[in-house]
Amino acid sequence: MEILVCVKRVPDTAENEIEINSEGNDIERDDLVYSVNEWDNYAVEEAIQMVDKHGGSVTVVTVGDEESEEVLRREMAMGAENGLLLTDDAFEGSDGRGIAALLKAAVEKGNYDLIMTGAQADEGYAQVGGMLAAMLDYPYASLVNMIEVGDGKLKVGREIEGGNMEVNEIDLPCVLSIQTGINEPRYVGIRGIRKVASVEIPTLGASDLGLDAGSVGEDAARVKRIDYFVPEMGEGAEMLEGSTDEIIDKLIELLKSKGGIK
Amino acid sequence: MAQIFAYILHSDGVLDDSARELLAAAKKIDAGAEVTAIVTGKGIDDACSKAAESYKSVWKIDNDALSYPNAEVVRKALLSLLPADGILLLPHDTFGMDLGPGLSVKLDSAFAADVVDIEGVEGNTLKTIRQEFTGQVNTHVHCDISAGAVINIRPGVFQAAEGQAGEVVDKSGELGDLSAKRKFIEVQEAEAGEVDITKSDVLVSIGRGIEDEDNLEMAFELAEAMGADVSCSRPIVDAKWLEKARQVGTSGKTVKPKVYMAMGISGSFQHMGGVKGNPFIVAVNKNPKAPIFQVADVGVEADILEFIPEITEKIKEL
Ligand SMILES: Cc1cc2nc3c(=O)[nH]c(=O)nc-3n(C[C@H](O)[C@H](O)[C@H](O)COP(=O)(O)OP(=O)(O)OC[C@H]3O[C@@H](n4cnc5c(N)ncnc54)[C@H](O)[C@@H]3O)c2cc1C
Ligand SMILES: Cc1cc2nc3c(=O)[nH]c(=O)nc-3n(C[C@H](O)[C@H](O)[C@H](O)COP(=O)(O)OP(=O)(O)OC[C@H]3O[C@@H](n4cnc5c(N)ncnc54)[C@H](O)[C@@H]3O)c2cc1C
Repeated sequence: MEILVCVKRVPDTAENEIEINSEGNDIERDDLVYSVNEWDNYAVEEAIQMVDKHGGSVTVVTVGDEESEEVLRREMAMGAENGLLLTDDAFEGSDGRGIAALLKAAVEKGNYDLIMTGAQADEGYAQVGGMLAAMLDYPYASLVNMIEVGDGKLKVGREIEGGNMEVNEIDLPCVLSIQTGINEPRYVGIRGIRKVASVEIPTLGASDLGLDAGSVGEDAARVKRIDYFVPEMGEGAEMLEGSTDEIIDKLIELLKSKGGIK
Repeated sequence: MAQIFAYILHSDGVLDDSARELLAAAKKIDAGAEVTAIVTGKGIDDACSKAAESYKSVWKIDNDALSYPNAEVVRKALLSLLPADGILLLPHDTFGMDLGPGLSVKLDSAFAADVVDIEGVEGNTLKTIRQEFTGQVNTHVHCDISAGAVINIRPGVFQAAEGQAGEVVDKSGELGDLSAKRKFIEVQEAEAGEVDITKSDVLVSIGRGIEDEDNLEMAFELAEAMGADVSCSRPIVDAKWLEKARQVGTSGKTVKPKVYMAMGISGSFQHMGGVKGNPFIVAVNKNPKAPIFQVADVGVEADILEFIPEITEKIKEL
């Protein structure tokens, strides 16, 4: 099975406090630690496990800038055979639909049976997988947490409300968006990344993809992020202040009065 | 102003909470709008009459192929009925995530997801507010709705609107081909676990801030000292450190404790969506800007790895 996994380079929120820049049009990106979108690691792991069992190969693709190459290498260190970097000044300011259009062009340059995305990325739209599927006219299932390979089909479980699983049968080729928890993504160390450091990663721009610049990028975007701002803090929590001992004493009193300590 | 539609989730004739939240969102797009509710399924007269208690117009779309809301089939049904410049509101839950993005492409409409507020429309621009980075920052996002839009609304943020009673219009006869390349088989219920956190009065709830599986022991010690049970956020279950039955949230359990201790949890809407019944919420987090502090009653800025053992000691001494 030939599998394409779409991955995004995102700021690692566990490592960073997100601050807004002075113009208010972006977050402070300078000191951010970046990593692969959490969901995408699960997708790559699942693809590798499927190929281990059923043969084929895994390709990882990202739309980004030169720095995005590092996330491709990381996923290749996990076991993806090929990487593909889609980058061009003309891609800047693309909305989710622009990103999906770029990925579609990349899909059409290959011969894939299955395309995977993460269920969502840092911006929380959860949009690219479903858009890509619709553009390709492939069937789609989101929030997938179980995959069984059949003949020309897959049996997939979607995680729905309450942690219940909606089981579907879906024809290949198809697009699946992967939910966290489907597997345990393998760890990659520095050594693994070094091993793939010299593997060549092809770079494709607008003309390589046969796209005219007007169909992607800022001008084509119908959804535009205007600015960032800090939400107004409503009432918010009463923050307990003082020495640790004082804070703990206050908290214990509160917990007692609310029935929190039996 | 374009026509506004709201897709109604329902089961056994009962409407989902989102049904009247979407109406509230629609009224923020256009206060005077006569919003059309869309109800799909098989044998849906009860759901349609319920929807007609608050929507001026209800489209009934009754068909065997829609007996389970398979997004691909629903998409086909909607494509044969929606006007090109319509604005469709969906809940941003596991169904809306499945349907919305692809539908917007097929309609050639704009798509915005997880919208938490709406500032109105100016010309062809719909002004929305979204959050990024699990609520650490907000953004103003503008959508060009000249060719219609699909807008996924975050559940639980708009106050359900009352609306006015209306009429059911049967659209079932106007559907085209509903065949699909994805077929629904069944829903498998989540497994029960060793504890039932939905019955707990006091929960010590652990998030990714616990950092390491070995540190979970301190959470159990604190819970024992308090007479509480241990619950957790999703990443703890994804890492297989605790069983799924302990997960609080939209894809886990809905809990109704008296006291909820959120330890190293950022406060995403999918997590807080499982905390009901207005408990006394205590949040301990090392990031003073963590969104959990906006919903908690009492907050402590601290490292839980230090704070938990200290408070446990003191409670044991009581
Ligand atoms: C400085 C800047 C400005 C931007 N301005 C705007 C703007 O004004 N309006 C706007 O709508 N968007 C804008 N974008 C683009 C936007 O941030 C996203 O790239 C796009 O909307 C898709 O990301 P998402 O988080 O919504 O993806 P989701 O749909 O939530 O992600 C789901 C999955 O899609 C795949 N995926 C997502 N992005 C990529 C990618 N780049 N490469 C490969 N796979 C991917 C991954 O598998 C991911 O798990 C801007 C981006 C930057 C960096
Ligand atoms: C469809 C869908 C369904 C979902 N369902 C659920 C669900 O049911 N339940 C759920 O929980 N999530 C769910 N999620 C995931 C959700 O979006 C968040 O990713 C998740 O809730 C984050 O968990 P967290 O708060 O533990 O981790 P994070 O968001 O990573 O937050 C960790 C917090 O701990 C703090 N911290 C770190 N170290 C320390 C320390 N030493 N001391 C104190 N504080 C520290 C950090 O400042 C941060 O605020 C779902 C997502 C999707 C897409």
